Amino acid sequence: MSDLQIKKTSTVYDAVIVGSGAGGGMAAYVLAHAGLKVLMLEAGPFFDPAKNSSQLKWPWESPRRGASTDTRNFGDFDAAFGGWSLDGEPYTTKDGTDFQWFRSRMLGGRTNHWGRISLRMGPHDFQPKDSLTSPWPITYDDVKPFYDKVDRMIGVFGTVEHLENEPDGIFLPPPAPRLNELYIKKGAKKAGVTTIASRGSILTEALPNNKDRGACFFCGQCGRSCKVYGDFSASSCLVIPALKTGNLTVISNAMAREVLTDDQGMATGVSYINKDDMQEYQVKGKLVILGASACESARLLLNSKSSAHPGGLANSSGVVGKYLHDSTGSSAGGWLPELVDRKRYNEDGVGAIHIYSPWWLGNKKLNFPRGYHIEYGGGLHMPGYGFTDGIQNKNGMIPGRDGKMKDAGGFGADLKNDYRRFYGASFGMAGRGTAIARADNYCEIDPEVVDKYGIPVLRFHYKWANEEIQQAKHMQDTFQEIMHEMGAIAGPPQGADTMYGLAAPGVIIHEVGTVRMGNDPKTSALNKYSQAHDCNNLFVVDAAPFVQQGDKNATWTILALSMRTSEYILAQRKKLNV
Amino acid sequence: MNRRESLKTLGIGAVATGLLIETACKPGAPKPAEQPAATKDAPADPTRLPNEIARDKKLSEEKFFTEHEMATITILVDLIIPKDEKSGSASDAKVPEFIEFIVNDTPDQQTPLRGGLRWLDLQCLNRYSNTFREATAAQQIDMLNQIAYPKKAKPEMAQGVAFFNRMRDLTASGFFTSEMGVKDIGYMGNSPNQWKGVPDDVLKAHGFATVWG
Repeated sequence: MSDLQIKKTSTVYDAVIVGSGAGGGMAAYVLAHAGLKVLMLEAGPFFDPAKNSSQLKWPWESPRRGASTDTRNFGDFDAAFGGWSLDGEPYTTKDGTDFQWFRSRMLGGRTNHWGRISLRMGPHDFQPKDSLTSPWPITYDDVKPFYDKVDRMIGVFGTVEHLENEPDGIFLPPPAPRLNELYIKKGAKKAGVTTIASRGSILTEALPNNKDRGACFFCGQCGRSCKVYGDFSASSCLVIPALKTGNLTVISNAMAREVLTDDQGMATGVSYINKDDMQEYQVKGKLVILGASACESARLLLNSKSSAHPGGLANSSGVVGKYLHDSTGSSAGGWLPELVDRKRYNEDGVGAIHIYSPWWLGNKKLNFPRGYHIEYGGGLHMPGYGFTDGIQNKNGMIPGRDGKMKDAGGFGADLKNDYRRFYGASFGMAGRGTAIARADNYCEIDPEVVDKYGIPVLRFHYKWANEEIQQAKHMQDTFQEIMHEMGAIAGPPQGADTMYGLAAPGVIIHEVGTVRMGNDPKTSALNKYSQAHDCNNLFVVDAAPFVQQGDKNATWTILALSMRTSEYILAQRKKLNV
Repeated sequence: MNRRESLKTLGIGAVATGLLIETACKPGAPKPAEQPAATKDAPADPTRLPNEIARDKKLSEEKFFTEHEMATITILVDLIIPKDEKSGSASDAKVPEFIEFIVNDTPDQQTPLRGGLRWLDLQCLNRYSNTFREATAAQQIDMLNQIAYPKKAKPEMAQGVAFFNRMRDLTASGFFTSEMGVKDIGYMGNSPNQWKGVPDDVLKAHGFATVWG
C-alpha cells in the first residue's frame, strides 16, 4: 500500500522558472517587476546571505579551521552547499571521460560563492573570424545594451581600456593591487604580458539609486556571500528583490523532474518532487523558463519525452546535450624572497581578483586557436587550514635573519619564526581559456542509472583535444616567464605528463553550450532569443544557449542574455505571441 | 547604501563598538546578566545546514587516539611550536584537540598518523629502550633531528620524514588558525575598512611609485 500520488495545483502562473541562479534569478526579477505572476522552483533550501553567510567569522570558529567538507567543497565558510558529488544524485561518464560537475542546490545557486569576475564577451567571441566554430546568431552589438543595463543595475568595477575584444563596461572604481600583485604586474610587464585592473561585481562604491544593497567594506570574503549584499549573488540581488514585488513565489527543495507538455507539444508546466515531504507535484505555467544550469537544463529537456517530442523536448535537431564546453584551466604558484619578513597591514581587499591579464596575443604564430586570460592573487590573507603547509620546501632556500643558509624543515622556536617570516610571501596565477565547442563532447541520459528521486541521470563524454593541451602548455610557459621576471621562486612546472596542468573538464565550473541557440532549427535547439524552435513557450536562460564561450567567465553574459530573453518575452506577450 | 550604512546593517558601527568597550572597562560596572544556558530549543546556527550541525557535534564527541597517542602528540606539537616571547605553545593553543578533530573529520589521515606514531615509538625503543613519550628531552630532540630535515635525513628515515612533515603541517595549521596564532602571525584583516591600496611606506620600501605600481 502506498500513499504516493501526484498533487496538481489549479493555479496557472504566467511563468514557471526552474532554477534561481544568475539566469533564473534575472528572469524572475524582470518578469515579476513587470507584473507577471511567476513561480520559481529551486532544488535546494532558501538562502539569504544577510542571515546565512559566515562572513567575518574567524578561522577558530570552524572546528576544521575552514578546511573543506563534503557539503562545502570550497571550505567550511564558503557559501555554496553542494559539491562535485551529491549524496543520492550521481552522474556517470563513459569512454574514460573525467568530467567533474559542481552543483550547488540552494537559492542563488553557484552565484553565492563565485569569484565575481564579471567580463563581457567581445565582438570576436560572438562572431569568430577563424570559422572554427559556429558564429552566434547574435552579435556583440545585440547584447551590448543588456550588458550596459546589467552593469548599471548590479554594479561592476573596472577600468576603461579600449581593447578590441574586451569591451569596457560602466565601471565603479577598481580596488588597487595588493603588494604581491604589484610584483606580479611588474614581472608580467617585463615578460611582455599586459595586466590591467580586474572587473568584478562588487560595490566598491555605493550603487546609485539602490537602498537595499550596502557598499563593500573590504573583508575579501565574497566567497562566503555578503551580509550587506555588497557583491552580486542571484539570491541577494535578484530573487529576494523580486520576492518583494509580491509577484514571485519561490518553492525551495523542489527538484524538477520534467517539463510537462500538451498534445500539441506546448509546455504546460513542470513536475517536481518536494524534498521535504518526498511527494510528487505538478505546477502549471503559460511559459516555462529553464535556468537550472547548462547540464541540468539539458537533462530536464532530455527527460521530457512525449509523442510530440520523442527525442526529448526541444530536441528535434538532436543537439541537446552536445557542444558541452568548460573553460580550460591551468595554474601555477610561487613565492617572493622580497616579501619575506614583510610589514603587516590589512590587505584583505575584495573577494575577487584585483588584477588580470586579458588575452594579449594574436594567434598567427601560435599552435592553438583563440586565447586565454590570466587571473592573479596573493597577499596577507586570513589564516586557514593548510595555509602554512610545506614550509620545508621554502625555509632552506633563502638565508635566515642571521644571513646564513639553514637546513630545510626543522622544528622549535626557529621554525615558529619562519612561519612568521614566510606569511604573505606566496602568490598564484591561473589561466582561463577558450575551449572549442564540439559536438562530440556531450552529456546524455544514462540509459540505466537514476538518482534517488527516480530521475534518469546524466552521462558525460568529454575529451580535451590538442588545441586545449597546447593552450595549457602556453599558459605554463607564460607563468614560468612571469615568475622568472619577478625574481620569484616558482613551484614545480607542469609538463606533458599532466597535460600541462590542464584541469579536467568541468573543474573550472564554466560549463556551457548544451542547448545551443542558432538560426537553423536543424542545428540548434533555441532561436536567438533562447526560445525553443520546437516549442515557442519554452525558454532557456542559463549558460546552455551559449554557442561558443570566449575565455571570459560566463556569468555576466548569462545575466545579459537572460535579461534580453525576459524583455523579449514581455514584448511577445504584448503582441499576444506567447 | 554607503559603507557607513553597510556597517550599521552588520551591527558593527563605531557607536556600537564604543558602547561595548565603555561598559566593559568601567570599574564597578554591573556584570552583564548571565547568559541563559543553551537549551535544546536554542536556535540553530543559521550559517550551517542541519546535517552539518549534527555531523560536527558527532565528530567533536569521537575519540580516535589512545591516551598514549594523545600524550605523544602533545609532546610533538610543543617541540614543533614551543612557547616563546611572542606567544604560547601549540598545546596552549589546543593544537592536540584540533588534530583529534581533524582526523575524525578526514579519516584518510588516521592511518598515517597512527602508524607514524608507532614508527616513532619503535625507533625510540630500539635507540633508547623507551617510547618517544618516555624518552628524555635530549633523546626526543635527537630523534627529531633524524626526521625533521628532509634533505639531510638518511634514506632509512624516509617514513619518519613523511610523518614529521605531516605533523609539522598539522601543528602549524592548528596553531596559526587559533586566536593566539592569528594574533602572533600578525593578520590584521577581517574587520571593515576602506582599501586604498598598499600603504605609502610599504610602497616606498618595495620601490613602487604609486598604488598601481
